[in-house]
Amino acid sequence: MDLTQETGSSRRDLSHGVPPAPYPVLAVRPDGVVAELNEAARAILGEITGDPPRDAVPPWLAAAIRTPERTPPTGTAPIDGAPAAHGLIGERAYEAHLAAGAGTGDSAAPDVTLCWLLDVTERDMLVRELAAERERTALLSEASGLLSASLNLERCMEVTARLATRYLADAAVVIVPPLGRSHPVAYCGPDGIVDHQDLVIDPADVPGLTEAMQGFPPVPSRWIDPASAPDWVRRDGLRDPAAMVVTALPGHGFPAGALVLLRRSGRAAFTEREEAFARLFAARAGAAMSAARLYAEQTSITETLMRDLLPPRTRELDGVELAARYRPAGDGERVGGDFYDVHPADGTDPDGESLVVLGDVCGKGLEAAVLTGKIRTALRALLPMAGDHGRVLRLLNATLLNVATARFVTLVLASIRREGSRVVLRLTSAGHAPPLIVRSDGTVEEAATGGSLIGVLEDITSTSATVVLDPGDTCLLYTDGITEAHGGPLGDEMFGDLRLRAELGRCGGMPPEALVERVHMLAAQWAGAGPHDDIALVAITAPRRLGSGGTAPRMTGSEGDPA
Amino acid sequence: MTGTARDPARAAQQPPPAESAGHDLPERLWEAVIAGDEFVAVDTVLAAVDGGTGIEELLLDVIAPLQARVGLEWAADRMTVAQEHTATAVSERLIAALAHHPAARRRTARPAGRVTAACIDGEWHALPARIVAEVLRLRGWQVDYLGAQVPTPHLIAHVHRTGPAVVALSSSIPTRLPDAHAAITACRATGTPVLVGGAAYGTDGRYAALLGADAWAPDARSAADRLAAGPLPAPPPPYQALDDLPHLADQEYAHVRREAPRLVRHVMERLRDRFPAMADYTDRQLRHTAEDIAHIVDFLAAALYVDDPALLTDFLTWTGEILSARGVPARSLPPALELLADRLTDYPRAAGMLLGAHTAMLREPSPAG
Repeated sequence: MDLTQETGSSRRDLSHGVPPAPYPVLAVRPDGVVAELNEAARAILGEITGDPPRDAVPPWLAAAIRTPERTPPTGTAPIDGAPAAHGLIGERAYEAHLAAGAGTGDSAAPDVTLCWLLDVTERDMLVRELAAERERTALLSEASGLLSASLNLERCMEVTARLATRYLADAAVVIVPPLGRSHPVAYCGPDGIVDHQDLVIDPADVPGLTEAMQGFPPVPSRWIDPASAPDWVRRDGLRDPAAMVVTALPGHGFPAGALVLLRRSGRAAFTEREEAFARLFAARAGAAMSAARLYAEQTSITETLMRDLLPPRTRELDGVELAARYRPAGDGERVGGDFYDVHPADGTDPDGESLVVLGDVCGKGLEAAVLTGKIRTALRALLPMAGDHGRVLRLLNATLLNVATARFVTLVLASIRREGSRVVLRLTSAGHAPPLIVRSDGTVEEAATGGSLIGVLEDITSTSATVVLDPGDTCLLYTDGITEAHGGPLGDEMFGDLRLRAELGRCGGMPPEALVERVHMLAAQWAGAGPHDDIALVAITAPRRLGSGGTAPRMTGSEGDPA
Repeated sequence: MTGTARDPARAAQQPPPAESAGHDLPERLWEAVIAGDEFVAVDTVLAAVDGGTGIEELLLDVIAPLQARVGLEWAADRMTVAQEHTATAVSERLIAALAHHPAARRRTARPAGRVTAACIDGEWHALPARIVAEVLRLRGWQVDYLGAQVPTPHLIAHVHRTGPAVVALSSSIPTRLPDAHAAITACRATGTPVLVGGAAYGTDGRYAALLGADAWAPDARSAADRLAAGPLPAPPPPYQALDDLPHLADQEYAHVRREAPRLVRHVMERLRDRFPAMADYTDRQLRHTAEDIAHIVDFLAAALYVDDPALLTDFLTWTGEILSARGVPARSLPPALELLADRLTDYPRAAGMLLGAHTAMLREPSPAG
């Protein structure tokens, strides 16, 4: 703001250099006495030259003109600098800026200080509003950040109750539609601690809560008599609130819940600013909570549908040890095109066999997984015929040919029977890599079985192999996710059959869990950070009789190779 | 622990004594575990429980040190990788037997809180996390133990579904620290605090705070104590993971990560000239050499990620000891470091770390080197 020119041109007319500016200006002598003031100054302060009454000048201004320090040089516009003082005159806010009076030859003039008064009422109001707006934005941003972080309903309720208590009330209750018979309720007291409970309550106990819980049509926040609130709303720490309001939390097309705010002080209303904030906050909280609820519902549906597709747990099968590993290709997936299944023998049949199946449906992801589910179900139905692997495979083939999909499957059937300390296996491969037999001394053999893959040809053939496992021997069924793992130290090699067999040669006598972990780890580390295929592994082991006069396993191979 | 073939994590752990559990218990258990004899091993610990030894004590003072000893025995070449896996499988069964013991199944009326315990993706050492999970369970927490190598998307889906008070993540291999950082960041972004533990974070836990973890625990007991001391505060919402590691702006980590296979190939092609003995190597020996170089590159990348040259130097010193224990000279390591540094001259942090490790190796040659 440049007033220098005006100051200069008006100088001559005024004995003390007080310009007839639109700004109020006072000329003050070193003793604090006002020597002169312009028209604008007179309009707000009255005639105060000479020795004015004590209360004619507001104290803040009186103090400022009595100690005119750091007076800037003559002629510069003082208003751009920091004010010497700031305060009210009447109902308006002013800044006082000091400048040295202009010399005019008059003996008094060089000694006066000019005090410019700048009306900052509007500016101050804007600054305050801006600060308040910034605070609201920061709060909403924080609320949004906290609310959108989690897809867990309980967490969203907790955040909502805590933020509402911090910014809108002294205590807050979040109520969501019932899960089963009870309503999840989160309460945040004045101490900021959130308590979660599932309460069997009747929303009608709180006036307006039923309507707010319905979510639509929108209802305005409703202030109600706190005395009418039930005990689950009025709790220790705030048993007798002075004011209470019920606010709906709007959801995405269905009710997200309601928020009850409790206040100590008697203000039974929001200010306009609080109202706006409460509305925005409720919209965000409602959106977050309904997203969390949708996610929970979807997850629960997925869990239910997925249950039959997930691989079964393994441990022991009638005295035969079993261990399995399963890992779908995608990090976000839980099922893929590889599968295995375990069917324990009928306990009433002394000659009964258990059946283990491991296979690989062409394709990846959920679509392939759905087909593995159908194949597992079909095989379960075919169990009574498991004595004849060829027949099971022919029937499965016929079933798959009838299903209108272009997919096919390769698999291995392993029928397991225990004979004393030994385990007799009947193994049949249908287009799948033959199982590998890892003897306890580290010898690795391939089971002599082979056959057509399933789901492509009308007529299929297969050859079964019978393998006897002595104590400590393991039969490993695996999918090509192991052997076709791509990577290695140079990044462009296949893990391959030869490496798998060489590694298995060092795994003689291992318990099945340790063996499948070892093989899985080798393949996973071979693939490194690169893409990997679905992996399924099942190890069937004839238990070693240790602890009762058995001998320790013969471990083979050494890792001590030169580098 | 069921380690990778090259893992300094195990060498750092010293098994503490377990006097209160009976003098000969650890030794008897050790014999059974290295023999892979789960029946004798399980009978031994169950007898100890019946004799009055606490289950937590058995987990923390007997089984955890036993597993640390497996690592030391492997490092000293007194145990094969297969035996190591076997011992781990037996330890797993021991923990399962203890977890199912009636004395472990006291149920408190209201659990202390819900905890998710998991190993990050690529982390195979499941046992420390399993022990933490069982100890927390004994202390009244509701624990979801997700096991080894949990992909981060699974972990986060689980966190959204269950809303745990804290996620406990275990890492023992330093090369997986970038993945650990991703998992920590993702958990914290859901507003859930993260407690980390395991040898990967350094013996003093120095990488835990660097990667944004809310707390660090050196072992299962201190993890349980830390959680018992009170809830971890929820992380603040506007969380920028990049703020943790401003040095990543130089792209050196990204470059080494991306170029890793080509760096290994570069060294393998030229190492023969600097290390003539390689000419007589068998295929298997050549593969092991390539794997060793790949590990050096992995550790270099991890050292760049956390900006700590000691991570690389410690690994090389440890590798030298492992090779010496097997009667193999570590003479091929310094030339490999030189070749890598030559290839990375445009990347001053990487080259500096390699040359620093080179100097350290020459200053302290391994006994057989």
